Amino acid sequence: MLQARYLLVGSSHAALEALAAIRMHDAEGSVLLATRDAAPPYSPTVLPYVVSGKSDAERVRLRGARYFEEQKVALRCGSALASLDTAARVARFADGEQVEYERLLLATGASPAIPPIAGLKQVPYHVLRTLEDALRLRAALGSARKAVVLGAGLVGMHAAENLVNAGAETTVVEMQPQVLPGYFDAQAASLIAQAFGQRGARMLCGQAVISAAPRGQGFALKLTGGERVEGELLLVATGVRPAIDYLAGSGVAAERGILVDRRMRTSVANVWAAGDVAQAASFYRDAPVVNGILPNAVEQGRVAGMDMAADPGARDFRGAVPINTYHFFGRQALSVGVDAIEGGETHVQCDEAAGRYRKIVLKDDRLSGIFSIDAPFDPGIMVELVLRRVDLGPVKQAFLDEPRQSARRLMSQLWR
Amino acid sequence: MAAYETIAFDAAKCTGCGDCMSACAQVKTGSFEHASSRIQILPSANDGFELALCRQCGDPGCVSVCPAAALEKDGTTGVVAWDGTKCVNCLLCTVGCTYAGIAFDARAGHVTKCDLCGGDPACVTACSEGALRHVRSARIYSHYGELEDLFVPGLSGCQGCNTELLIRHVLRAVGPETVVAAPPGCIPGMGTVGYNGKTGTKVPVFHPLLTNTASMLAGVRRTYKRKGRDVTALALAGDGGTADVGFQSLSGAAERGEEILYVCVDNEGYMNTGMQRSGCTPYGAWTSTTPVGERSHGKAQEAKNLPLLMMMHRCAYVATASTAFMEDLYEKLAAAIEAAKHGFAYLHIYSPCTSGWRFPSQANIEVARKAVETGFVALWEYTPASGLRFTRSVDDLRPVDEYLEAVGKYRHLDAAQVAHIQAHLKKDLGLLKELSARGAQADPRALAT
Repeated sequence: MLQARYLLVGSSHAALEALAAIRMHDAEGSVLLATRDAAPPYSPTVLPYVVSGKSDAERVRLRGARYFEEQKVALRCGSALASLDTAARVARFADGEQVEYERLLLATGASPAIPPIAGLKQVPYHVLRTLEDALRLRAALGSARKAVVLGAGLVGMHAAENLVNAGAETTVVEMQPQVLPGYFDAQAASLIAQAFGQRGARMLCGQAVISAAPRGQGFALKLTGGERVEGELLLVATGVRPAIDYLAGSGVAAERGILVDRRMRTSVANVWAAGDVAQAASFYRDAPVVNGILPNAVEQGRVAGMDMAADPGARDFRGAVPINTYHFFGRQALSVGVDAIEGGETHVQCDEAAGRYRKIVLKDDRLSGIFSIDAPFDPGIMVELVLRRVDLGPVKQAFLDEPRQSARRLMSQLWR
Repeated sequence: MAAYETIAFDAAKCTGCGDCMSACAQVKTGSFEHASSRIQILPSANDGFELALCRQCGDPGCVSVCPAAALEKDGTTGVVAWDGTKCVNCLLCTVGCTYAGIAFDARAGHVTKCDLCGGDPACVTACSEGALRHVRSARIYSHYGELEDLFVPGLSGCQGCNTELLIRHVLRAVGPETVVAAPPGCIPGMGTVGYNGKTGTKVPVFHPLLTNTASMLAGVRRTYKRKGRDVTALALAGDGGTADVGFQSLSGAAERGEEILYVCVDNEGYMNTGMQRSGCTPYGAWTSTTPVGERSHGKAQEAKNLPLLMMMHRCAYVATASTAFMEDLYEKLAAAIEAAKHGFAYLHIYSPCTSGWRFPSQANIEVARKAVETGFVALWEYTPASGLRFTRSVDDLRPVDEYLEAVGKYRHLDAAQVAHIQAHLKKDLGLLKELSARGAQADPRALAT
């Protein structure tokens, strides 16, 4: 049986950030990093760019072998966690290996959530969560004339853009009434959907797939609106769910994801969780949330790593804030925070012709959220303004007129 | 662990002319568009200016959130470098940075950030107001960090004392061909001369009496010279051993032009024996022998100006230095080492004492900095050929209260005492300024009357 002071399961942003935090405080404690992925560490976020060819699959690894050597980390790739005996502090892996740990981080991320559509199992379809998925989709991209994307989240929208650019006749089907639900508000979403429409994509929002069936080389889908859609390439991008199937019998409490406190500690001693797998404090609400975004994974990984290493500088997770940056057809969409908030005042500027849009939501003169298309601001500063609950009262008009400059000014004054 | 260079911004000196932004845009994009500049100067509400610029963070947030491995901190230069061949334009780096140090440039079509222009930042060159400064202190640490540390790994100094920094760096700069004399004081007390028959340095060290440091060292230097060996004779002494009981041997050695490098670490008192006053304790300061009570209100006399006294010996080199201004200190150290090959070199380094001066242990360099910025101590150097020269301007000083308030030993001062200190500083600075104005023609003895 292998032994490790720190066992980190997962190899993306949360686990890598936790590793960095541990090594800041504990240079020598043995670290074992195990991941179900066969490939060296990469980010799921980069995968749409591997599909499009913008990223070279050989050059997306987040850390090289030398890094792990220098940091004295034992690396086990292609080794999925199978079960946990938290009483004995032993982790069992699918390849039969067992690891006795002192402190364990679960950063196992998420897996595609496949909707219960009749006949879907009989149809060949793609998902996009691993590097293998990306390479498979990339290979299929060239030959598909007609493609359907289920789900208009970030993965679906990026893939749809890739398909449009590859010359495929593309249809996007989304259950919610707008694209990018939960990322952007209806007005911004409609601007984004328009850009896709202008390039020939069909955006079918507010529709679900009732059934799927094979049809020739491809498939046919029956939609709730009664329409039938056919194609050769089907991508299911209807969201992800935390990868927690190894938890059975471990005693680690979970709802949608693994429940953690503000130090990323789970309900069981010596076990932490961070990233897309964790259900942690929200900045806005009492109930914990799964906030599967990259900056959140980094922040949680940092908090967990510092706490695991008993770093006296360890601090509480300040709570999840939704943040998204989205680049489509050469344009930029940004979103920080929430817009639907009780007692909030909303300021919208929209230049429909130029495709420019900006919405600022304040509550009690504090920033609640800011959203834009082709109206740049610094999301990193805006998040801090939200988290620090900075009083914008004294500069309110300037902030509404010129949020980017005003926020930079505040940054320079407040955290120089 | 390497140290890194950085760009410092002094908002008080900025006039908002925008030359830095033009220069940056010009160098990086060929245009003069301020929007393409990686340094952004912003007018603030109160007529001042604010800055948005990459901090080249030690633990960069932009690197942590980059999904494409397109950002990386260079371990040698410290620059957080952007790789355009890997960047996917996802803009997540702009979420990870809380300083607007990396931002999307619509003209370039991708994010851009400061790369310090490969070590010669165009914005700093373009700034004629001195608001932007390229801080190169890192070069000192990187260079001297490579040299052998000639001091013991552990020591028994007080927490926050800057003398460890001084000893380690002076010894590194002087090198292994050195004999050290450390008379009674904090420096041997914290381990220089060693314990239990073992020395605390990797070079020969001896422990003279308080009275005879300079004369013993003169003998050591002459003996080695006679044997044909070029050995630096280095004194690491406190202000008590230098200014008071050790002064006659010091004065004699200086007058004879002995080839000695004499470093006085001035903590303004006998700090390791219970914080008694010395000849270098300033007026008004509390010490255990100048207590504060009904009749005594701290020291009633002025401190003697030891470096000026040494200048009047017409030594080969005399300088004052502070650990808050390390580039300056290192330049003087190098000059002093050189001068000690043919004459007497005297280096007076101010050393705020965390225990004896009553201030928090993390504030040492801050206190040292305030002493210089308020003119409480002045940084200058003297050689017989060029006279006295300020190495930091004394024209634009901060109010001395800022320094006095930072140090506990002045907490009791009343308004009259503060006024006394102010008046005396003015007089002292006036004398130094006059000496500096006259350069090599100055006769300090005529002026001192």
